[in-house]
Amino acid sequence: MELTPDIVKRIADLARLELTETEVELYCVQLSAILEYAARLQKIDTHEIPPTSSILPSHSLLREDDPVEGHNREEILKNAPAIKREQYQVPPILD
Amino acid sequence: MKELTDLTTREASSLLQRGVISSMELTKASLEIIERLEPSIHAFITLTTELALKQARAADLRLKQARQDKSIPLPPLLGIPIVVKDVLCLKGIRCTAGSRILDNFTAPYTASAVQQLLDAGVVILGKTNTDEFAMGSSTENSGFGATKNPWDINRVPGGSSGGSAAAVCARYASLGLGSDTGGSIRQPASFCGLTGLKVTYGRISRYGLIAYGSSLDTVGALARNADDLFLAFKGMAGYDPMDATSSAEPLGDLNLNEQIDIKGLRIGIPKEYFIAGVQAEVNQAVRAAITLLESQGAVVNEVSLPHTAEALPVYYLIAPAEASANLARFDGVRFGLRATQTSMIEMYKQTRGHGFGSEVKRRIMLGTYALSAGYYDAYYGQAQKVRTLIKRDFDAAFQAVDVIAAPVAPSTAFLFGEHTNDPLAMYLEDVFTLPANLAGIPGLAFPTGFDQNNLPIGMQLMGAPYSEGLLLKTCHAYQQMTEHHLKKPALSTLLSTR
Repeated sequence: MELTPDIVKRIADLARLELTETEVELYCVQLSAILEYAARLQKIDTHEIPPTSSILPSHSLLREDDPVEGHNREEILKNAPAIKREQYQVPPILD
Repeated sequence: MKELTDLTTREASSLLQRGVISSMELTKASLEIIERLEPSIHAFITLTTELALKQARAADLRLKQARQDKSIPLPPLLGIPIVVKDVLCLKGIRCTAGSRILDNFTAPYTASAVQQLLDAGVVILGKTNTDEFAMGSSTENSGFGATKNPWDINRVPGGSSGGSAAAVCARYASLGLGSDTGGSIRQPASFCGLTGLKVTYGRISRYGLIAYGSSLDTVGALARNADDLFLAFKGMAGYDPMDATSSAEPLGDLNLNEQIDIKGLRIGIPKEYFIAGVQAEVNQAVRAAITLLESQGAVVNEVSLPHTAEALPVYYLIAPAEASANLARFDGVRFGLRATQTSMIEMYKQTRGHGFGSEVKRRIMLGTYALSAGYYDAYYGQAQKVRTLIKRDFDAAFQAVDVIAAPVAPSTAFLFGEHTNDPLAMYLEDVFTLPANLAGIPGLAFPTGFDQNNLPIGMQLMGAPYSEGLLLKTCHAYQQMTEHHLKKPALSTLLSTR
C-alpha cells in the first residue's frame, strides 16, 4: 500500500493535524512501510472469527443513580486557554 | 547498615515502623541523590520536593501515633518515597504525559491508583519522564528530553516508563509507578535491571491515567525485586467505581515472606519467542533461568503461540486507532496549548500540529487511516479479529501450563538514536511484550543476567488473567536463588561525568 501525498493530506485533515510539506513526505514513506508490514494480516483467514474490542466480557454495568459531588468548575476552568463568564471561549464557529 | 537509598521497600518499611529511621530522613536521602545524579540521568519532568517533605512529615506523625497506639493500622508503604510516571494525575501538580501540548496542564484530580497509595502514606518525589503519551520504547520521544540509562548513559532506559525505570535503578526511590500499553513497564524494567509488573487488564483502575490505547492500557509498577513490587501491586489493585473496566477479582492470599515451593509449576516455553534475531546472550540467560527453575522442581514444556508474529501489526493498528480517538480531546479548547485562533478548524489543526511530537502525529495518522471509510474492514476490523486469535492462543496454552517464560525484548538497552529514523525497527522492540496487552494477561519482567557490555538482560513470565500472585511468587523464588536483581550500576561514575 503506497500512500500518496494526497492521501496523507486527506488523513491529516480528518485528524485535524497541520503538517509541513516535509512531514507529508516523511509520513508518505513511513506510513507506507508500516501499512505494508500490516498487510500480512490480510492473509489470515478470519472467516467466522469475532472481533475483540475488549478482553472483558461485554455487559452493561448498572449502579444506583446516586448524585455525587462533581469536579469543581473553577478548578477545571483554570486549565482552559481562554474563558469568558465561566465558559470556554473559542473562535467563531460560523462565518 | 546499608545506605538509606539502597534499602528495599520492605527493609525501609520495617525500619520506619520500628522507629529506627524516619520518613523525613529517607526522603531527604532520596532528594540528595536526585540532586547529585539528576543532571546525568534526567528521570524527572517535574520534581515535587515541597510536597514530598510535607508528605514525609505527615507520615512520620502517623508512624509516631501508630507506635503509641497499637490499634492504628500501619500500611507497609507508610513513609516510603516513590516516583510517579507523568501520565498519572496528581491533584495540583503539573501533568504533561511527556507532551508539550500539556506543558501548562495542572491535574484537577488524582488518579485512583495514586490516591490509594497516598492514603497508605507514600511520599511522592516527582513525576517521571515518558515517551510522549506513552508512545515509544526508549523515552526519546519525550517533549522534555530523553532519560539516560544508569547502566550506561549513552544508552536508552527503555520506554515509555523510562523515567520511573531510571529513577528506581539510580536509587532515587525503591518503587516507581508506570503504565504498560504494549510493554512500557516490562521493557524499561528489562533495560534497567528491574522487576516490573504489567497487571491483568482492569486489575488496577485507569481513572486519572491519561489515555493512550484504552483497551490495552494498564497501570503498574517497577521495583528492584518481586517482594517490593508485590507491596505496590497490593496497594493499587482493586475495583474502582470510577473505572467501569476495573476488576473486583480478589487478590488471593499472597505471602512472599514464607519459603516458596515451585515444585510442579508448569512452565511453558513458546517456540515463537526463541527465534533468530534475538541477541544470543539474551537467549542464553533466559534459558539458564528456566533451567534453574526446573532444577527446583518446575516442569518445563514447549508450547506454541502460533499468532505471535501477528501481534506487532495488530497492535500497531489497534493502539493507534484508539489513540487517534483518545487524543482528539487535545484540541486547544479546554486545556493545554492553544495556537492562534483565526477559525475553529485552523485552531484545532495548528494546536495539534505544533503541540504533538512526530511519533504521536505518526500514530494519530496511522490510526485515523485504519479507521477511515474504505479501509476500516481491511485494517482495524481485521486487526480486531486477529486479536481474538492471539487471545485464543494464550487461552489454549494456559490449559497446559501455569506460566509462559520468554525474553522481554530482543536485545539489551540500545544506543540513543539507534532506531529513531526507522519507526518500524523501533516497533520491533515491542515484539515480545505486545501479545500480553492484546490478550489482557499479566506479565512480569525481571533480570536474569548481564551481557558482555554489563547491560541487564530481562526475562518475562506471563500468566492467565489474575495470576499476578503466581508470577510474583515464581519470580520471588528465583530471586531468592540468584543475585542479578541485587546488582547496581556504578553510580559514582555518573557524578564525574558532569
